[in-house]
Amino acid sequence: MTYEAGSYDVIVVGAGHAGVEAGLASARLGAKTLMITINLDMVAFMPCNPSVGGPAKGIVVREIDALGGEMGKNIDKTHIQMRMLNTGKGPAVRALRAQADKFTYQHEMKKTLENEPNLTLIQGMVEQLIVEEGECKGVITQTGAVYSSKTVVITTGTFLRGEIILGELKYSSGPNNQQPSIKLSEHLQELGFDLVRFKTGTPPRVNSHSIDYSKTEIQPGDDVPRAFSYETTKYITDQLPCWLTYTNEETHTLIDNNLHRSPMYSGMIKGTGPRYCPSIEDKVVRFNDKPRHQIFLEPEGRNTQEVYVQGLSTSLPEDVQQKILRTIPGLENVQMMRAGYAIEYDAIVPTQLWPTLETKKVKNLYTAGQINGTSGYEEAAGQGLMAGMNAGLKSLDKEEVILSRSDAYIGVLIDDLVTKGTNEPYRLLTSRAEYRLLLRHDNADLRLTELGHKVGLIREERYKKFLVKKQAIEEEKKRLQSIIIKPTSEVQELIKSQGGSELKDGIRASDLLKRPEMTYEHIQKLVPAEGTLDPDVTEQVEIQIKYEGYIEKSLQQVDRLKKMENKKIPENIDYDAINGLASEAKQKLKEVRPLSIAQASRISGVNPADISILLVYLEQGRIARISAE
Amino acid sequence: MEFDTIAAISTPMGEGAIAIVRLSGDQAFEIADRLFRGVGGKRLKDVASHTIHYGHIIDPKTGEVAEEVMVSAMKGPKTFTKEDVIEINCHGGLVSVNRVLQLLLNNGARLAEPGEFTKRAFLNGRIDLSQAEAVMDLIRAKTDRAMNVALGQMEGRLSKLIQKLRQEILEILAHVEVNIDYPEYDDVEEMTHHMLLEKSAYVRKEIEKLLRTSQQGKILREGLSTVIVGRPNVGKSSLLNSLVHENKAIVTDIPGTTRDVIEEYVNVRGVPLRLLDTAGIRETEDIVERIGVQKSRQVLKEADLILLVLNYSDELTAEDENIFKAVEGMDVIVIVNKMDLEQKIDMDRVHELSKTHKLVTTSLLEDKGVDDLEDAIASLFFEGSIEAGDITYVSNTRHIALLNQALNAIDEAMQGVEMGTPIDIVQIDLTRTWELLGEIIGDSVHESLIDQLFSQFCLGK
Repeated sequence: MTYEAGSYDVIVVGAGHAGVEAGLASARLGAKTLMITINLDMVAFMPCNPSVGGPAKGIVVREIDALGGEMGKNIDKTHIQMRMLNTGKGPAVRALRAQADKFTYQHEMKKTLENEPNLTLIQGMVEQLIVEEGECKGVITQTGAVYSSKTVVITTGTFLRGEIILGELKYSSGPNNQQPSIKLSEHLQELGFDLVRFKTGTPPRVNSHSIDYSKTEIQPGDDVPRAFSYETTKYITDQLPCWLTYTNEETHTLIDNNLHRSPMYSGMIKGTGPRYCPSIEDKVVRFNDKPRHQIFLEPEGRNTQEVYVQGLSTSLPEDVQQKILRTIPGLENVQMMRAGYAIEYDAIVPTQLWPTLETKKVKNLYTAGQINGTSGYEEAAGQGLMAGMNAGLKSLDKEEVILSRSDAYIGVLIDDLVTKGTNEPYRLLTSRAEYRLLLRHDNADLRLTELGHKVGLIREERYKKFLVKKQAIEEEKKRLQSIIIKPTSEVQELIKSQGGSELKDGIRASDLLKRPEMTYEHIQKLVPAEGTLDPDVTEQVEIQIKYEGYIEKSLQQVDRLKKMENKKIPENIDYDAINGLASEAKQKLKEVRPLSIAQASRISGVNPADISILLVYLEQGRIARISAE
Repeated sequence: MEFDTIAAISTPMGEGAIAIVRLSGDQAFEIADRLFRGVGGKRLKDVASHTIHYGHIIDPKTGEVAEEVMVSAMKGPKTFTKEDVIEINCHGGLVSVNRVLQLLLNNGARLAEPGEFTKRAFLNGRIDLSQAEAVMDLIRAKTDRAMNVALGQMEGRLSKLIQKLRQEILEILAHVEVNIDYPEYDDVEEMTHHMLLEKSAYVRKEIEKLLRTSQQGKILREGLSTVIVGRPNVGKSSLLNSLVHENKAIVTDIPGTTRDVIEEYVNVRGVPLRLLDTAGIRETEDIVERIGVQKSRQVLKEADLILLVLNYSDELTAEDENIFKAVEGMDVIVIVNKMDLEQKIDMDRVHELSKTHKLVTTSLLEDKGVDDLEDAIASLFFEGSIEAGDITYVSNTRHIALLNQALNAIDEAMQGVEMGTPIDIVQIDLTRTWELLGEIIGDSVHESLIDQLFSQFCLGK
């Protein structure tokens, strides 16, 4: 029996890290939104490591924030420690990482969802989509509730036909022993979607009381207060440390001796696991010359004794896990509270998506997060935000948004997925971004606030503050470019003290700042600005001036990219009608159906000659249309 | 105008006295102005469109004059491609035309792909619809041919060398990446400026080495530049004729290049010779007399091989001795001609002057000794006195251009290091080097960096 349960603009299935951003984005930009999750107690749950951010990922969190998303604000409220990584390197690769109190993280996020005016949050398991003539019109739950909507976003994470594997044990389950979603997976297959089987894993958790921390090294957070969100004003000051220890010969021998009991090597696990997140048994086998591996002990929260053992992801049997733990310094008497496990799940082949994250097969249906073959909370949240934004915009008959590879890491992530696909759970790395000097932690607001404001996710007040900051940056840059610093003894003294060579002549303040030994602070001392400038402003001025040459070079490349992005390929193009395309290229183009020449040129198997032919073909069509008119 | 600026030699290979290098795109004028020195410091960007200008192409790095030229400056859209177009008319034969092209490529232009000028003309709306299919066929056909060449080279030594070099760079990149993406990973030391400089210097050296072979590649492609010298009436003309008539003249297979009328190409036992200034010999029999001592010294200096001819039936003169002096330290074959006549030459003195040079006696009139001469040329070449032999050749203009760009990129990386620029920013230039080398062998897939990362280091949670 089914019943009519209500009508919405947007329905979001799932309330993990992708789901919450999707639901909030769609509700905030004005679409009446319903969120359905299997278990309301698991909203924004962190089934793996209790941390947010890190290289590339941390920048994604900043981007989410600049587009009006929630992840940054939520972690700012609920972290137990925060660190800026790569501070010794260039500005492009600096990244913030926080250890989360995973329980308050969930509670805060749930509170935010509950208090969002346009958003309805309910518990239920979606088993079927309502699809009529290739268009998604709603969902049906296990209990027979029929919800209709203009668009639907699926963010089911690792729940699709999830199976937990722990040693010789294997059972049907979502993460952390949640109910898996089996019928929806079958239903997607019936609708004609190609699914793949992926695998990921998590390490055991141990009781903090049973750890001898004296045998480990302390890993404290930064002394300086940090925040992901540009809106955060309250900083958490009492931080908790993490701890570092190592595996050893004994650990490795133990693992070697028990490999036959590992589901990875017995063939029980068939799903493809990520290379960047190998299990400890994988590390020991593949890098058997390494005498030790790092193990980070990370508290899971302020009100729990559970500690996450980072570096020890494993699916070995429970008794072996217990023994492995006890070979590690500091963990000799450790009490394991939960065993690690591997989980296999279905994901859809992401080349079945448009860059808006709408599926090509079923109109008005969007997918985001791990279902699209990614891994990581931040990757999920970034996609959730974009899918929710686009599902909301579409339900309101507004133009959808696609981020370019030069706009954001989120753009890189989505473009990689829908253009190249992935044969393992996809993780963002800084090396995946061609323009990483432009996609920095510090300038996420400069890159994206305008867009966030335009779609209605950034409120007026914040937008005005942003414009003030932007202007202050420009003015200060202009000032330094116009002011000449003369070689006075004070100036020479300062330069010498920094190990630089003395000035022969007067020099523009901006040019002096370009010298490697000079900082904005030095320049400021020589030619002080009127009034005090915000550190956010001076940071931008310093980076933009110091790395001007490199930034300029990147911008030129982006210019070329943009030109190719502006060459649109019509959706209804018939690749079979184009003479001269190589057959591999034809097949790939038909599969991916790129929206622009730029996207087409990134498809593997499509070579420059094919692109030339495509360009000529498109131009031919344009001329034909003009002459017909 | 939406494309980058491309360049190519636009005149077909043949007997034309001039060759035209064409430049098309937004930056055509800017790039040309970097190289062109017109009369009175005239800049092409300031001249009226569709006018022609006399001047010189110089190498901005050395300030050296590369070629005397006439340059046509044409602003779009009234041009073949509808873009800004510069056409450089060169007179100096194969070598200098190539040099002009190379300079353009080093200064911001990209080597045009097959059919690309036509393609642009079409894309910019210059050619009508009926020609579109033909353009596509052209692109496909030419690319297939280029692909075959590319495949041939894939198996070759060059590609192995490039792959090795790229692997070296890839390891550096992966090292830097692991420092960035896994800052807490302690198994690998932080890449320092010092390490990076050392590794970059190595890469730079290897690229330079490859570029040096391009000079030798040029020998195979363009011939060993050879000059015949000697006093009037010693038989230079006969020598030329016998070399040309006995051997098949080489037809060069470099697209878009032209042969200079005053050069002859001959193939001697597999050694390609480009006989320089042959017209001069034919006209006046005396290169020294014709172009003056200074200039002839210059010609001599640029030659790879000297054929020095003496007259057996005449006494050695001061002029002969001077010629010996002029070619000192070069690869020389001494030919004593007119053996059919009565000896007047002092052979002991000839041996003395010849030092280690090979010495052949001939009677060109009776067709005697020519075999010995050819043996001498071949052995000189193949025994490695003239550096060539069994090494990797970089001979393709596109490859040379890419190598030069790679060299510039690695130079910029090294400058960055010396400036103390953060390593992850220096890496931009290093990655560029890697990509440019990849273009040579048709492989620029970014994914391999990520593969390298995870195979080289043990990472994960």
